[in-house]
Amino acid sequence: MGSTPDSDWDLIITPRKKWFELQLQEVWNYRDLIALFVRRDFVSRYKQTILGPLWFLIQPLLTSVVFTVVFGNIAGLSTDALPRLLFYMSGNVLWAYFSGCLNGTATTFTSNAQLFGKVYFPRLVTPLSIILSNLITFAIQFVFFLGFFVYYLLRGSPVRFTLWALCLPLLILLMAGIGLGFGIIVSALTTKYRDLQHLVVFGISLWMYITPVIYTVSSIPEKYRWVAVINPITPIVETFRAGFLGAGNASWGMLGYSAAFAAVILFIGVVIFNQVEKTFIDTV
Amino acid sequence: MRPVISVEHLTKRYELGVIGTGSLTRDLERWWARARGQPDPYSRIGQKDPFRLAGQSILALDDVSFRVEQGEALGIIGRNGAGKSTLLKILSRVTAPSSGVVKVKGRIGSLLEVGTGFHPELTGRENIYLNGAILGMKKAEVARKFDEIVDFSGIEKFIDTPVKRYSSGMYVRLAFAVAAHLDPEILVVDEVLAVGDAEFQKKCLGKMGNVASEEGRTVLFVSHNMAAIQQLCTKSILMNSGRLELAGDSLKVVKKYLASNEEMAAEKKHAILARNEQENFQLSRVFFADETGSTQNSFMSGETITIHLEIESETIFRGLIVTIGINDENGTRLTVLHSDLSGIPLQVAGKHTVVTCHIPNLLLLPGKYYLDIKIYRGKDVLLWVPNAKTLFVEPGNILKSGKLPPKEWGGFFVLDNQWQASEKTTR
Repeated sequence: MGSTPDSDWDLIITPRKKWFELQLQEVWNYRDLIALFVRRDFVSRYKQTILGPLWFLIQPLLTSVVFTVVFGNIAGLSTDALPRLLFYMSGNVLWAYFSGCLNGTATTFTSNAQLFGKVYFPRLVTPLSIILSNLITFAIQFVFFLGFFVYYLLRGSPVRFTLWALCLPLLILLMAGIGLGFGIIVSALTTKYRDLQHLVVFGISLWMYITPVIYTVSSIPEKYRWVAVINPITPIVETFRAGFLGAGNASWGMLGYSAAFAAVILFIGVVIFNQVEKTFIDTV
Repeated sequence: MRPVISVEHLTKRYELGVIGTGSLTRDLERWWARARGQPDPYSRIGQKDPFRLAGQSILALDDVSFRVEQGEALGIIGRNGAGKSTLLKILSRVTAPSSGVVKVKGRIGSLLEVGTGFHPELTGRENIYLNGAILGMKKAEVARKFDEIVDFSGIEKFIDTPVKRYSSGMYVRLAFAVAAHLDPEILVVDEVLAVGDAEFQKKCLGKMGNVASEEGRTVLFVSHNMAAIQQLCTKSILMNSGRLELAGDSLKVVKKYLASNEEMAAEKKHAILARNEQENFQLSRVFFADETGSTQNSFMSGETITIHLEIESETIFRGLIVTIGINDENGTRLTVLHSDLSGIPLQVAGKHTVVTCHIPNLLLLPGKYYLDIKIYRGKDVLLWVPNAKTLFVEPGNILKSGKLPPKEWGGFFVLDNQWQASEKTTR
């Protein structure tokens, strides 16, 4: 039996693979699975609930109302003369997308251990499907936000569209990138250290407070402004507000920083993810 | 014939007991100490390098090489812990090998466990698509075979009901139906035939036989059922402790396997059963005692038996967990005695520790049984000793009639049972 040349084989299983490998072709082959995962998340989330998909709207509305009462009326934080409800809702809808992506992807390995232990498919399929299903949620909530926007516009509140609004797809991409990058790093590390799971849960809620979700950048004392500046989510929130409320400081420089941050964190994420995905099943 | 699978020097090493130190802070401390050139703060005295784990890794696969040709049905047999499942896991890319290469031609579909990824809230229809996609099918492919799948499962009526309302039988039938219609060039099957009712099992075996003989596809079949192996597979390989012991005609390999079960009982008479050098922990002896405390290897059904394990350990620790798996002669797992599940916390109290497991009523039918012993410290496996001890069970008067169901009726256990017939009272 002569040895068959390597090119004749369809699949060669070896101990390790390259330290950076995206396997986009393989992920693309499994696009139907991504779609079905998204559908599964969507359908199963609100099955056996009375309000069903209405929960997509209740969540941002209630949070925004609570923020308006607590931070606006009681604490009296400035919203730069913008309608409070709209101001908080813009922050909430954005933050919900980012934290949804991060939270969801951070448990990729641990919550799918059973499935991953039985069959092979490109593991990246799971976090990608989470990003997509959060995107749908975001789209619904964004349209909801636009409804409020139009209402306030007609009432003559000082809100307005600016050209920055056209950056929305970029903003979504950046949030998805940063959320996915961090998420897959955490998910890869939690296969060994469960500590991180707990860290992520309250880390995200703490992160929100150093992001201008409930306050404006201009209201931060000069001394602490660097915190908002190094936070890669700040430019995204600011640009969104510049586009849809006509307030806030958007700049290409800041967006560029976010983009660079997203690229680096995604790159690190994919490298670590690659390391772990092949043998993680031996350690969970 | 050309080969469709070529396994070359495949080795898989599992590190026992060392998945880091278990917590991030400790690993960081360890890393920090090494970075400064200081000794590991968590190593035990007398050990040179905690990362070189002499006694602590096991080779689940040890330099295994074989080829499978197109259209061949290959049986893979061996006792529990012989490396069969690891082999399948590598072939289906669930985990990666430590060294060696596997080359494959065509798509591999694995039936390691049916129903993987079923979501209880989704309907049968939705789950067929989801499960198909998880197994690597395109949506269009599933759509094309949809009717065939539903037909095979025989649950047309409930196809739009959430699967959480299915009986376990229906669930398994649907799951197998999807998997069976995967149509890969190479099908990997691990004991799925142990599910479903007899009729459905027959259907599955038939389907698998077809796949190999008529459709020209390749099947790898792992089973403890020697009859099924001989029926389905022309060739087989025998695995033993991670090594490929024999490859060839199924009949020859099955015979060798059954014979090796006999030899085993005699082999295990070393002074030390198993030892973990890294942890200075060993299982010295396993023996059985009856009610009066006298040691013996044979017991009657219904008798009282106490399993003794003698352990030597350098360190004292809590969180000792002992599990004893009981297998029959073919390696089929009958039950597991698990100290932690029984809610009894054990500890290593000194240099010599004796762990006992008391079974007041041995309900096994007459035959020969093998014990797999695993010892944990918390989550870490300290020792894993397949076939640590053989237990012979002789006929006993458990039913008070002096009789027991004969072997050919099948089964492994006898249950205490009382019968009665009386006139039906009308209400």
